[in-house]
Amino acid sequence: MAKIVVDVMLKPEILDPQGNAVASALPRLGFNFAKSVRQGKRFEIEIEGEPTTAQLAEIEKAAETLLSNPVIENFVVRVEK
Amino acid sequence: MALDTVALAQTTPDTQQPFSELGLKPDEYARIKEILGRRPTSSELAMYSVMWSEHCSYKSSKVHLKQFGDKAPKSDALLVGIGENAGVVDVGQGYAVTFKIESHNHPSFVEPYQGAATGVGGIVRDILTMGARPIAVMDPLRFGPADAADTRRVLPGIVAGVGGYGNCLGLPNIGGEVVFDETYIGNPLVNALCVGVMKHSDIKLAKAAGAGNLVVLYGAKTGGDGIGGVSVLASETFGAGGSTKRPSVQVGDPFVEKVLIECSLEIFAEDLVVGIQDLGGAGLSCATSELASGGSGGMKVALDKVPLRDPSLSPEEILMSESQERMCAIVEPNKIERFLEICKKWDVTVTVIGEVTDGDRLEITWNGEVIVNVPPRTVAHEGPVYNRPLAQPAYIDEVNSKTVDVPMPTSDSEIKAAVLTLAAAPNLADKSWVTSQYDKYVQGNTIQSQPDDSGMVRLDESTHLGVAISTDANANWSYLNPYQGAKLALAEAARNIATAGARPLAVTNCLNFGSPEDPGVMWQFAESVRGLADGCLEMGLPVTGGNVSFYNQTGAVAILPTPVIGVLGVIQDVRTRTPMSFTESGLELYLLGETKEDLAGSEWAFLHGQRVGQSPTADLAQEMRLIELLLEGNSFFAAAHDLSQGGLSAGLTEMVLRHKVGASISLVNPAIDLLSETPGRVIVAVNSADSVKLQELATKFEIALAKLGVTGGDSLTINNVRISLTELSTAHTSTFPRLFG
Repeated sequence: MAKIVVDVMLKPEILDPQGNAVASALPRLGFNFAKSVRQGKRFEIEIEGEPTTAQLAEIEKAAETLLSNPVIENFVVRVEK
Repeated sequence: MALDTVALAQTTPDTQQPFSELGLKPDEYARIKEILGRRPTSSELAMYSVMWSEHCSYKSSKVHLKQFGDKAPKSDALLVGIGENAGVVDVGQGYAVTFKIESHNHPSFVEPYQGAATGVGGIVRDILTMGARPIAVMDPLRFGPADAADTRRVLPGIVAGVGGYGNCLGLPNIGGEVVFDETYIGNPLVNALCVGVMKHSDIKLAKAAGAGNLVVLYGAKTGGDGIGGVSVLASETFGAGGSTKRPSVQVGDPFVEKVLIECSLEIFAEDLVVGIQDLGGAGLSCATSELASGGSGGMKVALDKVPLRDPSLSPEEILMSESQERMCAIVEPNKIERFLEICKKWDVTVTVIGEVTDGDRLEITWNGEVIVNVPPRTVAHEGPVYNRPLAQPAYIDEVNSKTVDVPMPTSDSEIKAAVLTLAAAPNLADKSWVTSQYDKYVQGNTIQSQPDDSGMVRLDESTHLGVAISTDANANWSYLNPYQGAKLALAEAARNIATAGARPLAVTNCLNFGSPEDPGVMWQFAESVRGLADGCLEMGLPVTGGNVSFYNQTGAVAILPTPVIGVLGVIQDVRTRTPMSFTESGLELYLLGETKEDLAGSEWAFLHGQRVGQSPTADLAQEMRLIELLLEGNSFFAAAHDLSQGGLSAGLTEMVLRHKVGASISLVNPAIDLLSETPGRVIVAVNSADSVKLQELATKFEIALAKLGVTGGDSLTINNVRISLTELSTAHTSTFPRLFG
């Protein structure tokens, strides 16, 4: 069984209100390390056996059409060992 | 890329510049060179290209829009007219109201949620910029066929975006429209209206006067969003521009905007600004050049001081960025300290980026080097003006020469089926699926909202002074006859105000059309503007401002000409308003206005795939008499409801379902009586004791009056046809959930 991870992040140019809210909350709680915060989402997809090239291509397609909004978001697909 | 400075531009006159990629025509580029006496720097080119785009410069529409000024009726109510961010109207008791409607069509197709959300954000800032507190929004929306796959993608996103942004701001959404037609597929219309209130003395204008005054940027930081949105997205058809490096979509943050509103209102209350402008389309390019040309013309800005979200932005990109939730103010030096304090209190980023000078040039520097040196009026107001060719399109004679040929119901079962079909038609069906996603009552001053004829909000809690607004367009009529279509939309919007007892006062508009480079579209536009200007003159209603959206087309197919007309009215005491429906049995129902055989452009014809015939001719004198009748009758009417799309059938359906009180109606000629959409008609309900007064009013104002029947029961009964309210309600309310989940 393999786990495939899809990380979806807003494109760097796009405003991230949630990330900003986290960034401004951190110092209020005494955490002073952050210069900026960007928040994204992560999908973990389990499949039977090792993924084939065709399956990975299909997951890429799914990431592009369903898991992310390609107008404002980027995504990365990787296989987790 | 090396920094392109004015000095460099002078020594390298032959550098090739991507003016056509930025949407400028060769002669426009030549004109920029002539104005400057040299080639523009890349930053200047960026500014001219966005400011001379159709969206910002109104270059195709200006010659026609002049009529709103030339034919303007005399009105004491108008405090600020066309040309500012929004017009301002005197509503009495020292209050002034500002309202405006704008389109955000193209961004909403690309990214429905954010496109619609930032559309709301933009119009709210326009209203704020006038010095007013925004108090309500409305959203006329148009989509492709209700059952089309893309409509299922676009509609939920747009509705959620309108709701998401407006709800977060705490602004009630008090109405709008949802209309479907195949021409809007690939080009939905998202028009957003905002209304704001202030005291007369609080009006603010976009001007930068007084040398030495400071130019202050406050609100969100500038990022790389929406770059080229204005020049590429809003002005050219899709596919022509190709993909750009930066995303053209902006993401807004309503909570930042809410803080910006409160911060700005506190700043206004202490009278700390000389002039103010919001940053919308064309961002800083627009704000600096408009502020400068609104004053004496001189301004110096250090662009490197602009706080950035993305430090990699080039000066050209900073000038074009459409990052949301930003404002630009002109502040006297002795008031800047307090200004900064208030911004600090609200945790709003604020930076002094320049100052007003006594020259007549807008000079922008980047780390000390001059990258822009232009006469600001040439950027903001003296852009190209086109008198584009116009020609009556061939389809007009063809469709006008035909007559509507649709099956008319005759038997009892056919009449019942027709009423139920109209009740369930997507254009007429219950819109709760949409409006329940909007907060209608936040702030506690909403008196009326969807499904009432107009939205109404209270301005003053002690005197109960209120305003009512309605937006209307009948694109089917505009398609058949754009001149009449615009007049009829104006009349309908005014009537929708008057049914509640509010007196129409002023007009705004959002004119949505196809490509102005198509002479047929340009003719539709010119005729619509002429119709609206003539109509406003005749009805004595000034146009306070508006918005033109061209290039609404998919490939060669333009949308139906869609001039959305908003009318604002005032009501002295909102507690006296007439509701749109009745809650009691035993009231008498009357129809005001004559019913003719007007099926052209009707919903019944549309449902049968026919858009032919001659649109009705607007009789504005009759409309004005009807409005006076409604205002006078407001004191004793139990209910009044405008008839428009779907005619008497839809009007009765909406009335009986509102409070689940039925009605028995007798009609001489049920098919035409139910389905015709003759304009200038209103259903009123009165106590039988008041029927004499109604007859007297009808005689006085020369309006045809016919008794329809009485209220009561648990059905809508038309002659022998009985439709139970349950059955009617099921038909009316199930369409949207079925289509959109």
